[in-house]
Amino acid sequence: MSLEDDLYKEIILENYRSTRNKGPLDHPDMHAEGANPSCGDDLELFLSLDGNTITAARYDGVGCSICCASTNMLCEALKGRTLTQAREILTSFKEMLLNQGEPDFDDDISDLEVMQGVRNYPVRIKCALLAWNTLEEMLESKGV
Amino acid sequence: VNATQKTAQKKAHKITLRAAGANPDRLSAVRDCGDRGEPVRNHDEYDIDRIRREFPILEHPMRGKPLVYLDNSATSLKPACVIQAEMGYYTEYSANIHRGVYEFSEIATARYDEARERLARFINTPDANQVVFTRGATESINMVVWGWAAKHLKAGDEVLITEVEHHANLVPWQALAERTGVVLRFIPVTEHGTFALLDPESDSESVSASSSAPDLDADLGALFTDRTRLVAVTAMSNVTGYLPDLSRIITAAHSRDIPVLLDGAQYVSHHPVDVTALNCDFLVFSGHKMCGPTGTGVLYGKMKYLEEMDPFLYGGDMISRVRKESSTFKPAPDKFEAGTPNIAGVIGLGKAVEYLESIGMDAIADHEQHLIEYLRSEMEKVPGVVLYGPRNPHQRGGILSFNYADVHSHDVGSLLDQEGVAVRTGFHCAQPLMRKFGVPGTVRASVYLYNTLEEMDALVRSLDTVRKVFGV
Repeated sequence: MSLEDDLYKEIILENYRSTRNKGPLDHPDMHAEGANPSCGDDLELFLSLDGNTITAARYDGVGCSICCASTNMLCEALKGRTLTQAREILTSFKEMLLNQGEPDFDDDISDLEVMQGVRNYPVRIKCALLAWNTLEEMLESKGV
Repeated sequence: VNATQKTAQKKAHKITLRAAGANPDRLSAVRDCGDRGEPVRNHDEYDIDRIRREFPILEHPMRGKPLVYLDNSATSLKPACVIQAEMGYYTEYSANIHRGVYEFSEIATARYDEARERLARFINTPDANQVVFTRGATESINMVVWGWAAKHLKAGDEVLITEVEHHANLVPWQALAERTGVVLRFIPVTEHGTFALLDPESDSESVSASSSAPDLDADLGALFTDRTRLVAVTAMSNVTGYLPDLSRIITAAHSRDIPVLLDGAQYVSHHPVDVTALNCDFLVFSGHKMCGPTGTGVLYGKMKYLEEMDPFLYGGDMISRVRKESSTFKPAPDKFEAGTPNIAGVIGLGKAVEYLESIGMDAIADHEQHLIEYLRSEMEKVPGVVLYGPRNPHQRGGILSFNYADVHSHDVGSLLDQEGVAVRTGFHCAQPLMRKFGVPGTVRASVYLYNTLEEMDALVRSLDTVRKVFGV
């Protein structure tokens, strides 16, 4: 078990450096804020909808590489999916990190599985989950 | 049969110790740590190898590497003599204090009271009754907030604190403000985390700690209003190691009859303290940051204030007479120590102080200064490293806060952990100061008596891993 194998895989670092989904949406249909008070991760999530389908997902804020990578992957994963599908992805993702669940994501979002490595570093799980917990609050507020 | 039983008992004793990860022979070998003779007078006499041998945990690798423990501001490691003292209470004379008429209770009571006397000498107060045992600095501050300030301060009265405070010396005051209408005012800080009005020239390396300008009291005066009722200020910043000029603050406050509370959580463990000379009205600190057990701390207060102060907790051991409808309380310190206290912890804390004194607080402070200035100079050579805190070396204690390029402090911390280096990352319970620095957090290295120059090198070397992974 080494940090480079688990936590700092190239694909995670790529997502961390990506600015593709960074910066707020002008007129989001859904918006929520999340923070990890002990470590300073602080982000906002923005979604645009067409009916029940997510047409755009972006984020803004500051966080460590794990937090930002996970958030970027979340934005990528949500685009084009329905709110119900978003809820399913969210459930599998949390299951994977919190209950050793075996993930089974669609092929186009199978990158999410690389976050499994974070399980070996318990203090970093909250970094990987911040965006997903924020999404969860957002969906719950809409009764999804 | 008796001999067999005794052997079995001894065996069980040793097994228990092993289970706790300690080496029993080692523990007993250093059980009496008062045999050093005179405290260390100069740096050449500082026996770092012996000191390191006295801390059993330093034998335990972390992530398979030798432990480089640089998170002393969070909590310190414990020497064997402290572990042994705490265990001694449980294994040799365990009993409640101030109650029993039997021998073990007498011993426990005597040891507990001796610890109070020792702590009183350690901070140089002639009256041990001014030393109240608590669970830690946070509880001590809350006792003053709810027992003294809530009783004596009215809506519109002001408490003057600062922008560098640990949340422990901020959030309780906010809660008081919310409930009573007391107003919080803040001593502003510079971009280097020093008090702007107090150290207007602190950006200059050449300013010495004792320099004073004639108009400084006027500057300080601007901080006080006719409603200021208390000043509560850190004696050393837990983020930057900043050492404010305490005498100047206390003198300025006292000239206006305003009492001063010092948050000594970071200071007392690393420097000689003399409350009589400082003339502070309250001093709070934590035992676990000064080689003592967790769950121990001290509230020092001048008797005048302790007399005015209400208890924070009510119950047994703090009363003098109890009727069905009302009770009267014992004087300080008993009034503030309701219920069975952390007896073993306090006895351990007494031992910790004895241990620190046997080395000498001046020697410890010098050692730390030596380490942190070396670390600072080495870190300055690393491209991409940003250092925070005062630029004047006289204003810094054994803490160094930094960031490495734009890598988040958590990522740096995780990668250092892989090298066996323990540091703190993030806000350090000081969000207002982080906002001042304009960063979401820093990496903090904090040193203590057992750290070495080699460990400073190990920290600097570990940054290579960060460089590799993040391509700094």
